[in-house]
Amino acid sequence: MPKSLNTKGKNSIFRRIADLYIDGFRNMTVGRSLWILIIIKLFIMFAILKLFFFPDLLNSTYNNDEDRAQHVRNELLKNK
Amino acid sequence: MNELTSLVDWSRAQFALTAAYHWLFVPLTLGLSVIVAVMETIYYRTRDKKWLGTTKFWMTLFAINFAIGVATGIILEFEFGTNWSNYSWFVGDIFGAPLAIEGLLAFFMESTFFAVMFFGWEKVSPRFHLTSTWLTAAGASISALWILIANSWMQYPVGMEFDPAQMRNVMNDFWALVLSPVAINKIIHSVFSGWALAGVFVVGVSSWLLLKRRNVEMALRSIRVGAWVGFAGILITVFSGDGSAKVVSKVQPMKLAAMEGLYHGEQGQSIAAFGILNPAKTHDNDEPPFLFDISIPKGLSFLAEGDLNAFVPGISDIINGVKVSSEGDTLNTVPYAERIAIGKEAHKALKQYDDAKKAGDTAAMNKANMALQKNFKYFGYGYFDTPEEAIPNVPITFYAFHIMVIFGSYILLFFVIVLLCLYKKSLTKLLTDSKPVQYLAILSIPVVWICSEAGWVVAEVGRQPWVIEGLMPTRAAISDIPTTSVIITFSIFAAVFTGLLAAELNILFKFISKKSKENIDNPTI
Repeated sequence: MPKSLNTKGKNSIFRRIADLYIDGFRNMTVGRSLWILIIIKLFIMFAILKLFFFPDLLNSTYNNDEDRAQHVRNELLKNK
Repeated sequence: MNELTSLVDWSRAQFALTAAYHWLFVPLTLGLSVIVAVMETIYYRTRDKKWLGTTKFWMTLFAINFAIGVATGIILEFEFGTNWSNYSWFVGDIFGAPLAIEGLLAFFMESTFFAVMFFGWEKVSPRFHLTSTWLTAAGASISALWILIANSWMQYPVGMEFDPAQMRNVMNDFWALVLSPVAINKIIHSVFSGWALAGVFVVGVSSWLLLKRRNVEMALRSIRVGAWVGFAGILITVFSGDGSAKVVSKVQPMKLAAMEGLYHGEQGQSIAAFGILNPAKTHDNDEPPFLFDISIPKGLSFLAEGDLNAFVPGISDIINGVKVSSEGDTLNTVPYAERIAIGKEAHKALKQYDDAKKAGDTAAMNKANMALQKNFKYFGYGYFDTPEEAIPNVPITFYAFHIMVIFGSYILLFFVIVLLCLYKKSLTKLLTDSKPVQYLAILSIPVVWICSEAGWVVAEVGRQPWVIEGLMPTRAAISDIPTTSVIITFSIFAAVFTGLLAAELNILFKFISKKSKENIDNPTI
């Protein structure tokens, strides 16, 4: 019988969910190098690219939707 | 204009690079999740440990692919906010709603059950585990569904009304968006092509095991599931591709004409099965469209209309607004020169709306809005000066389409042969002993990926110059940012993606190689 079914009422559901993840990560075999790569990737994406190269132009430049709409109206009326 | 062209081209190149990289992982996730679920279902029903080992092997490959691909799509959202801010604002909640549903429902569903699938073998009951595996597969497809709906709206904008005050398209019919014929065909075509791709992957990797004479029984068992799922996938992909062609002929006839390099259409139009385009051909000269071609008589009429004698318009016909029905009647569509004039009227109305708004003149705003709505269908054409500007890149669209069709046909044949070899005992030796067949199966892996990427090239290059068909050309969607910053980020992406892909493939190959030396049929839970 699976372990989880032997622990009726002993542990809360949250504890069991936490255990699922903690034990899972602890026992990973191919996971370690993958996780290193994922962390490097996420760091490059969020701490470098998003922060320094990809600002949300409209949200960072204007405080309200009316100004954002006006900006886009001006942009679309330019004969590009 | 040159500076703008350069900015548009670099931004498009950057988006194409990111999307193509993202799509390397998505179809394998879609298909392999189903193959793993089928394998686990067989294990659940038979309780044969060999099937457990097989399931776990492919599940680990699924996990590696999932981990490699995770978050690669988020970069596209960064680009929307920075490079394509006019577009992002203009689409309004049309894009926001499907993506929000995707984020809230599908992603959480996928990631929650993904954890149970990998960490839960000893923690939950077999039935719950199996359910989680199927729900992970369903979550992946649902996740793709919402993105594809959003993309379909860009190809065929329906279910919305443009509000010049907000400068956004406001959704007024959610179901028109979700159930648009473009969306339905695109979803089926994309999701099931993932099944075909994963089927080839499983057969190819298994063939490598057979080539090395490792885990032979497990490899044959895997080929059986992979080939059936892949065969079902490619059949549905072919039928939905036929459906897509018929829809494209109605809502994006210019794209269909570019796919076929067709300039002047006729009734009973042939289809080029293979061809080399004449680079000197333009829509307004008399040069032949092909230097060489092998055509199937009446093929395009049947593909586009389901009628061997139907008229299919070419690029010049569409520009001139001429179309002929299958009964031979000449139907007039709106010529491009007229669309440009209507588009410019729409721009004029928007300018009047803007002036009236600044002056606080509500009556003039309403009047301008009425004129805008009347002409809005061709708003995007107002950016053009000549009809030529509305023609997509014919060579890229044509060759990508033909690569997709030729490679897709090969994959269909591939699965037929693999299944024949599996079930006809005299032929099974070809799979287990014939090195050329095994190498062919392994080499089919890159073929199916090229086929899959080519499909997206057709979809996205073929709809140019539009980012939203008829409403917004790519050059109007772009943010006013320095070209150099786009070149820098493009270069960073190219370098980072190449490095990460190499590292990640290394992990994948090492795992397959290491695991192949063990007895996969005898796993430990």
